[in-house]
Amino acid sequence: MPKKPEVVAEPQTLIDIDDVSVHFQLRGGSLSRLLGRDTGSVRAVDGVTIKLATGEVLGLVGESGSGKTTLGRSLLGLVQPTSGRIVYDGADIVGLSERQLRPLRTRLQMVFQDPNAALNPAMTIAEQVGHPLTIHKLASRGDVRQRVGEALERVGLAPVERFLDKYPSDLSGGQKQRAVLARAIITGPTLLVADEPISMLDMSVRAKILQLMIDLRASLNLTYVYITHDLASAKFFCDRVAIMYLGRVVEIGPTAEIFADPKHPYTKALLAAIPDPDPDRAVPRDLPRGEIPDAAEPPTGCSFHPRCPAAFELCGWERRDLKALLERHWASVPPEEYERERQLVGDIDGLDEPGGPAVVQPGRASSARDMNVLVQRLQGAAPDDPFWRGVRDIREVGSGVEVQFEDGHDPRLRPSGGVDVACHLY
Amino acid sequence: MSELTDRPSDDPYRRGTGEVVISARDLRIWYGTERGPVRAVDGVSFDLRAGETLGLVGESGCGKSTLGRGLLGLLPDGSKMDGTLQYRGEDILAMPARRRHDLRGTDLAMIFQEPLTRLNPLMRISEHFEEALNTHAPNLGRDQRRSRSLAILRTIGIPPTRYRSYPHEFSGGMRQRLMIALALVLEPAFVVADEPTTALDVLVEAQIIGILHDLRREIDTALLLITHNLGIVAEACNRVAVMYAGEIVELGEAAQVFRAPQHPYTRELLRSTISLSTTGLNFIPGAPPDLAAPPSGCRFHPRCPTAMRICPTRTPRMLPTTAGSLAACWLHQGGDELPAGAREPLERQEISVAEEA
Repeated sequence: MPKKPEVVAEPQTLIDIDDVSVHFQLRGGSLSRLLGRDTGSVRAVDGVTIKLATGEVLGLVGESGSGKTTLGRSLLGLVQPTSGRIVYDGADIVGLSERQLRPLRTRLQMVFQDPNAALNPAMTIAEQVGHPLTIHKLASRGDVRQRVGEALERVGLAPVERFLDKYPSDLSGGQKQRAVLARAIITGPTLLVADEPISMLDMSVRAKILQLMIDLRASLNLTYVYITHDLASAKFFCDRVAIMYLGRVVEIGPTAEIFADPKHPYTKALLAAIPDPDPDRAVPRDLPRGEIPDAAEPPTGCSFHPRCPAAFELCGWERRDLKALLERHWASVPPEEYERERQLVGDIDGLDEPGGPAVVQPGRASSARDMNVLVQRLQGAAPDDPFWRGVRDIREVGSGVEVQFEDGHDPRLRPSGGVDVACHLY
Repeated sequence: MSELTDRPSDDPYRRGTGEVVISARDLRIWYGTERGPVRAVDGVSFDLRAGETLGLVGESGCGKSTLGRGLLGLLPDGSKMDGTLQYRGEDILAMPARRRHDLRGTDLAMIFQEPLTRLNPLMRISEHFEEALNTHAPNLGRDQRRSRSLAILRTIGIPPTRYRSYPHEFSGGMRQRLMIALALVLEPAFVVADEPTTALDVLVEAQIIGILHDLRREIDTALLLITHNLGIVAEACNRVAVMYAGEIVELGEAAQVFRAPQHPYTRELLRSTISLSTTGLNFIPGAPPDLAAPPSGCRFHPRCPTAMRICPTRTPRMLPTTAGSLAACWLHQGGDELPAGAREPLERQEISVAEEA
């Protein structure tokens, strides 16, 4: 008697993203290239591990520069990871040549953000929606038009005769995005990577396209990777959400849990920042300051620490944080006070290098003592700034005042209450 | 000024207190095209007072940007503007072109969408400010120019250490702050901001909205904020004007309008916005009409879920509603004067995707 198959608790994995990194080499100046100097690299994606289950909708959420698009593109082999493995259907697709990747492309498809750029203005809708069939030799010339008709009908561009021989310029924004979706599904893919598919559209059209994607998921058994900066649509559409910041996943878990109890301070900030038409919701007051930093020289420790309202000793404080603090201080004091204090301090460009400790040099007419007084005043002006939690010691050294920082660590993703989060608080 | 305050008090657009900075009555803007005139703005009326922020919302192609540019006299060739438009009681449309030119910058200003294309890459930030102040306020001395620039940068949260930097040394959000600072350094009485946060990230967008929100308290500028994002209006504006097909269809206090929208278009627009509290997707069928040949009667009637028989035949006027806002909708007006059967639901064909936006 055949053994009863075991009930599979884990859903089947469609794509296994294992410690994937994508680093882009910086070109640097011509001199450093000539001398073969190391020009550094941008870590667009830095050690991401995600198992994508068949049939699920995974949201990759983050600001521009978080690496969400690069990660999405690497799933289709449009960007080659510099390390790690992406296992699809039992085989690693990292390092495959274009020729080897081509058969996979019928099953892995992409929807781009800007439908105006994704459609060829010189091709009719019938030509470009049917193009994948021709390229992959999936249908005879006679069948293509019929298959295109079916695809257009599926995405709601009906009656199809009205659209087949139109050019993209004859279509509205929403209709173009439907055509892009039709082209993506015509080869019968299992995975759709949708990169901001609704963010270029008018508010009143977004819901329609999102509904279409939900309908297609049900009728075609699609798995989605939904790349977005918009948490509201991710909450509605996704089963699981990965919050990305500077190439890392900082929080990942089931949508319901992430939204009910956001853990990472960055997730909390993103949620607080969504403008809500509900008039009873007040303007968020404590938003993270600044913007996503340069990925070529990310902050030490946790990359979010310079903007984080909850940062503390372990988070990786460094020189550049002192410069940011100085600039924040100077932006808040009256201009005369700024002029006076600026005279006291020497060159502050030395604070641009990553790492610690920070040495503040006095200006021409001041002393190390004055620097010490200034740093004390900074602390007095903003005693609650998280920066001071990371300061171990402030002392006068020969030429100026040295600010020493606590040792910082880079937080790793750890399970915490149903989700995985990379933050020292958990 | 006296002419403005002496208007009869039954003018439904004249409410509240504070100096009226911009007053538009029956303002019309049209473009000449091969298909005939396109009426991008068609009979728009509103007042904007000092220190007030009016949000202008609607789908693309409803005439929002045209109206914003028209108010500043920045329309392209081939367009025409008619109606009444007053700046502090002075008729803008009737004044000599020279006078209108002088008003721009000092009194009327604009914050554009794309800061990178509006800032000169070869000029330091200090030079941008110097140029603006030299052109429009030549009486200021060098030190005054500098201190005024630094003061506005401080309000907007840019450290003075960056005053001599070039535009490329700033991040996107910082550049947008610079655009706001450049528009405000001359302390204009009226500013149009056309989608000032569209190209920005969520967190930076929220920072900019916060700045605009705070500015309202600190300076007495009247701001017209054009956006398609209703959430931004709710957070940054005191009043809101909802535009559809070249007309303002609802006008009122932002909180009131969002809590109890009176015009079906406002209601449907709010319902179709995806927010964190969205539990089901709603959308408005169809697309805004071609403004060269708009629908008869109420222009929203072909897409309106509550359209009645009267709607395609007669145009509703902007009238006060019980909720407090002004709305142009037959649901709230007409009373017994309407002919029998006028309030019966309108029978019509369903709108297919082929007509969608």
